[in-house]
Amino acid sequence: MAQVLTFRDALRATLMEEMDRNPAVVLLGEDIGVYQGTFRITADFLTRFGPKRVIDTPISELGFVGAAVGMAMLGLRPVVEVMTWNFSLLAADQILNNAAKLRYFSGGQVNVPLVIRGPNGAGVQLSAQHSQSLEALYAHFPGLWVVAPATPADARGLLLTALRGKDPVVFLENAALYGAKGEVPDGDAPIPFGQAEIMRRGHDVTIISYSRMVHLALTAAEQLAQTGIEAEVINLRTLRPLDRETLIRSVRRTHRAVVVQEQWRPFGAAAEIAAVIYEGAFDLLDAPVERVTGADVPMPYARNLELLALPHERDIVAAVQRTLYRQ
Amino acid sequence: MASKRGGAKVRAERTPAGPDLASSVPWYRLMVLTRRFEDEAERAFRRGKIGGYLHLYSGQEAVAAGFLAAIRADDIFFTAYRDHAHAIFRGTPPQAVMAELFGKQTGVAKGKGGSMHLFDVPRGLYGGYGIVGAHIPLATGAAYALRYQGTDRICLCFLGDGAMNSGSFHEPVNMAAVWGQDGMCPIVYIVENNKYAMGTSVDRSTVVTHLASKFGLHGIENEQVDGQDFLTVRRAAERIVARVRATGRPYAIEAITYRLVGHGAADLFQPYRNKGEVEEWKQRDPIQILERELHRAGVLDDAQVAAIHKEAEEKVAAAIKYAEESPEPPPEELPRDVSAQG
Repeated sequence: MAQVLTFRDALRATLMEEMDRNPAVVLLGEDIGVYQGTFRITADFLTRFGPKRVIDTPISELGFVGAAVGMAMLGLRPVVEVMTWNFSLLAADQILNNAAKLRYFSGGQVNVPLVIRGPNGAGVQLSAQHSQSLEALYAHFPGLWVVAPATPADARGLLLTALRGKDPVVFLENAALYGAKGEVPDGDAPIPFGQAEIMRRGHDVTIISYSRMVHLALTAAEQLAQTGIEAEVINLRTLRPLDRETLIRSVRRTHRAVVVQEQWRPFGAAAEIAAVIYEGAFDLLDAPVERVTGADVPMPYARNLELLALPHERDIVAAVQRTLYRQ
Repeated sequence: MASKRGGAKVRAERTPAGPDLASSVPWYRLMVLTRRFEDEAERAFRRGKIGGYLHLYSGQEAVAAGFLAAIRADDIFFTAYRDHAHAIFRGTPPQAVMAELFGKQTGVAKGKGGSMHLFDVPRGLYGGYGIVGAHIPLATGAAYALRYQGTDRICLCFLGDGAMNSGSFHEPVNMAAVWGQDGMCPIVYIVENNKYAMGTSVDRSTVVTHLASKFGLHGIENEQVDGQDFLTVRRAAERIVARVRATGRPYAIEAITYRLVGHGAADLFQPYRNKGEVEEWKQRDPIQILERELHRAGVLDDAQVAAIHKEAEEKVAAAIKYAEESPEPPPEELPRDVSAQG
């Protein structure tokens, strides 16, 4: 059985069920309670679970992310909402130096079962400080899992895994997807980390992406199909761990790869993914791996410039055509 | 020795003679042991047996000892990187601490943390942190968790004067005060004001040199204490711990103390302070102060003092030997403990 839910409702329902099931789950964040959540992921949670479990915090990212790490060390299962991932930079030391590492430097004496979630990436005309994609930053650090769901089903399945694991999870949502609908399986079906999904089968080229960019890749694949090119589309779902096996197996079959990311090109996720492809499929590649990325500029405010700064379906189509030497 | 600028009055809270004094003899023994431990650790550092940084606690012993003497076995605590004595006071075997400093498999963290990251979770020590101030939010959240879980356990958070100028001090302390209104934050912040953040003195880094009063700005009750006098610290600690346990509200204390050694083992010349100042503070060595008190009360005689010092020498010598003879962590240990899963 499955029901059609929005991405937002998939997150809400999953969080709510898990809070009903596990009294150790507590939520912290700015305006998640009385205000009902900036993106209404936690609407009605305060009434349902009370202020000890739904903690409205001051605007102190360092403070409340760090406090959540401490709660996790003591066996609670805090879920922190960062209003957007841009603000997580204020708590970067807590995430990168404490949450990610203290299991290791304590010699395995403590776990940090912490989920930090919120929207990542560009919105609409939010300009330079509120439009960043930070996945490569967090995926660089050992000790963190980095999750980037593309569909409501991903959101539910990956959140269940995050909420039941023992490690800190960076859970990257995308505000533009909150209203997107999709089939979500009923019941208790966590999606393990490190399992990419092949969203579309094809034999000419593999398009690899995650989060919102998966939808652009699917649209581009439909357009390419009209010109006789069958693209395989892979939704990575998690960047750390990275499902190397699925993407290498696909590229060894299609001989061509295009990696799509919203973030800036230098040192981005696509560079790592391309390197993985070269390591695992070099002998079978018929063209260099192509990268489709955001423009290497701080995000501009003007809508026309913003659209130029973000990847577009036509960029993916053009990249695929380059791998097929059809330009 | 309260800060003059803050107009502070250090509480005079003497322990009456009697059972309190007798029960302080084991703490005298531990203070002697940790002083010896630090001296020998420094020698091992000079011999190249200990790598990285090595921050010694010599001179500040009465602060951690006084507070750790006042909490229960199931209470917990967090501290910064000057943490060897905190672990040993709590009962972590000195040889396991020394082995950690030597980077050996038998260390408390299997040689993965070193001097700055001592952990002994079964004994309530939740680290050992290397970024100044960054453990304060952890301790604050941990205190919330203790209450959330329905216990009356409390959390101690030791921090230095240098940590108080960071955002990682003000943000969680403000939250602790808010949570405390609902009785949800049983934490004692213990500022170990040893006068210098590395080489920068308190009065060169803040105008408000009465550090305890900074907690007051966030609505947290606070006081100062003479951090060189174990009996005074312990007495204050017992009162504060009982109160925090009962109310679930945070409380802060600034212990005026002094580090008789450099910031780290590499701080040889100490250009930020003069020898006269160090000599002056040596007159207020916390071990000698406690020794005199116990002597005066008749619960410790010269023979016992000599025996305690001899025992400390032997224990630390054994710890050094143990650390030296312990194996290095095997290569297989490298990827272990990064994550609980996968």
